[in-house]
Amino acid sequence: MSERRHRVLFWAGFCVVVALLAVAPVVLPEFWRRFLTEILIWGLLAMSSDILIGYVGLISFGHSAFFGLGMYGAAAALMTTRPPSLWLALLYGLVAASAVAAFVAYFSTRLRDIYFAITTLIFSQIFYVVIFTWTEVTGGENGLTFSRPALGIPGLFSIPFTPSVLHWFVLAVVALSYLVLRRITQSPFGMVLQSIRENEPRTRAIGYPIERYKIVAVMLSGLFAGFAGVLYAFQNQFAAPDFVFFLVSGEVVIYNVIGGIGTLVGPIVGAAFFLLLREGLSRFFTEYYLIPVGVIFIAMVIFMPQGLLGFARRWLNR
Amino acid sequence: VFESVLGAIPFDQILIQTINGIVTGMILALVASGLTLIFGIMDVVNFAHGELFMLGAYAGVLILSATGNFWLALVCSSLLIALLGAAIYLVTLRPWLGRDPLTTILATFGLSLVLQNYALWQFGPVARKIQEPFTGHFDLFYLQYPWYRLVIAGAAAAIIGALWLFLKFGTYGIWIRATTQDRVMAEAMGIPVPWVLTAVFAIGSGMAAASGVLFGPLVGVNYAMGTDWVLKAFIVVVVGGMGNLGGSILAAIFISLLEAYASLWVSPAQAVIVSFVALILTLLFRPTGLFVPTPK
Repeated sequence: MSERRHRVLFWAGFCVVVALLAVAPVVLPEFWRRFLTEILIWGLLAMSSDILIGYVGLISFGHSAFFGLGMYGAAAALMTTRPPSLWLALLYGLVAASAVAAFVAYFSTRLRDIYFAITTLIFSQIFYVVIFTWTEVTGGENGLTFSRPALGIPGLFSIPFTPSVLHWFVLAVVALSYLVLRRITQSPFGMVLQSIRENEPRTRAIGYPIERYKIVAVMLSGLFAGFAGVLYAFQNQFAAPDFVFFLVSGEVVIYNVIGGIGTLVGPIVGAAFFLLLREGLSRFFTEYYLIPVGVIFIAMVIFMPQGLLGFARRWLNR
Repeated sequence: VFESVLGAIPFDQILIQTINGIVTGMILALVASGLTLIFGIMDVVNFAHGELFMLGAYAGVLILSATGNFWLALVCSSLLIALLGAAIYLVTLRPWLGRDPLTTILATFGLSLVLQNYALWQFGPVARKIQEPFTGHFDLFYLQYPWYRLVIAGAAAAIIGALWLFLKFGTYGIWIRATTQDRVMAEAMGIPVPWVLTAVFAIGSGMAAASGVLFGPLVGVNYAMGTDWVLKAFIVVVVGGMGNLGGSILAAIFISLLEAYASLWVSPAQAVIVSFVALILTLLFRPTGLFVPTPK
């Protein structure tokens, strides 16, 4: 009975939140509508990273590489095809991000803890340097600009991406990704991931091929991070090497810690909190907003390691 | 045929790059040995290490402009940053030492954001210059090679040598090694472990600051300079074997030489990739580190 009540409550809550976010672009002014779309995109990136941090216990400092490759993959599709195709951009972006994720996963999952964090960081820097210096293809420091594709299915319908349509599209992607990821973490596969987090030697002793599970987890995480990169490319219509720099990965880890790891929605809340904080603080501290943000982050790591939504962790994962 | 191949190799450039590589390698060894000391003894990956390097260089700029003496600036800046390191350790790390090492990564990452932006706010985005203490040159093929660069390598080697002697023979150095081996046993023998850890963090910070001041005259002091160095130091520490002091020093010189030779053919920005590849190969074939004996 309680199980059923929990399920009803969960879905009711989910629908209310999605409905509120869907109505938002109609009522909000332009600035905040854009801001909200941005929060959702960064939230998706943070959520993808939460699979590793919250469920496998691996801190990735390399998510900027997956995000950036998704962005540059989409850019490649949007710049080479006429007219720009949404689906081709998605395909290119996701393939680029998952190829990179497979490469990084193969090497980095041999290592644990700190070594994993450092290795993913170094890998993302490799891609940063390549993108930054390969000016003929990637535009180097200036990045690439391109135009938005239309939302449509060839032969059926086609509507241009107005800011509201884009917001709804992003919202749909993020909501679906959440449901998919939640389903995955509750599946037997997700249970194995969590048991790796809790006790790796014992999971190995039971007979699970841990390395393979970790590789799949990193690839899955990279795939959704790439998805976020593609969405960001649609939103901003440019790709820049700054987004591949490891500080972006660091911010993603901050979103996770602030929001609460191992909850999937927590990182989205964390992203919202961080971006709002940045917005609010940058009025007083201009470009030095990272000083108070960093202080708040350190305080949260120390005094509130479970994050804003940590109290609801068990409830959300049930 | 053999002679034409031999003639095509630019021996003069290779020699110059060897010297360059050893000079940067010694600086890198100084940064990395502080990092590996801190890691080896307390399992803290100090993401803010590069920021201590950068703040050390800025402290050097300020003291140099106040006193005009480079060597005084070097010593004072190291002491100052060592104090800052001890303070940072006491406030943000020490009370939570028993926790997951991942927590300390996050805390020090937050710290590096704060320190880096503090430097940007305090000193602005324009690079400051540290005047080198002497400007003599000697002839090296077609170059006027500055003596100062060789002095850097010598000074870095002297500091590392002093650290080694201290760890090997000094009473407090023996305390540090005892704490690394077995913290609980060391505490039982009456060694004040919490203070030893604080001192190690201070020593590591001071070494980072010293390398910042020494390196300052070569490139100019900038708020973002720490980021490059901490990344390189991470590579060195992993390639050399985490927590292994001798390994990090060898790895620092090895990596710097690789980059120096690579920059004969590609731009220095791309030469970094060579050290990344060295890291990946190390992780693949010798995950314990290149310069440690094979574990039995």
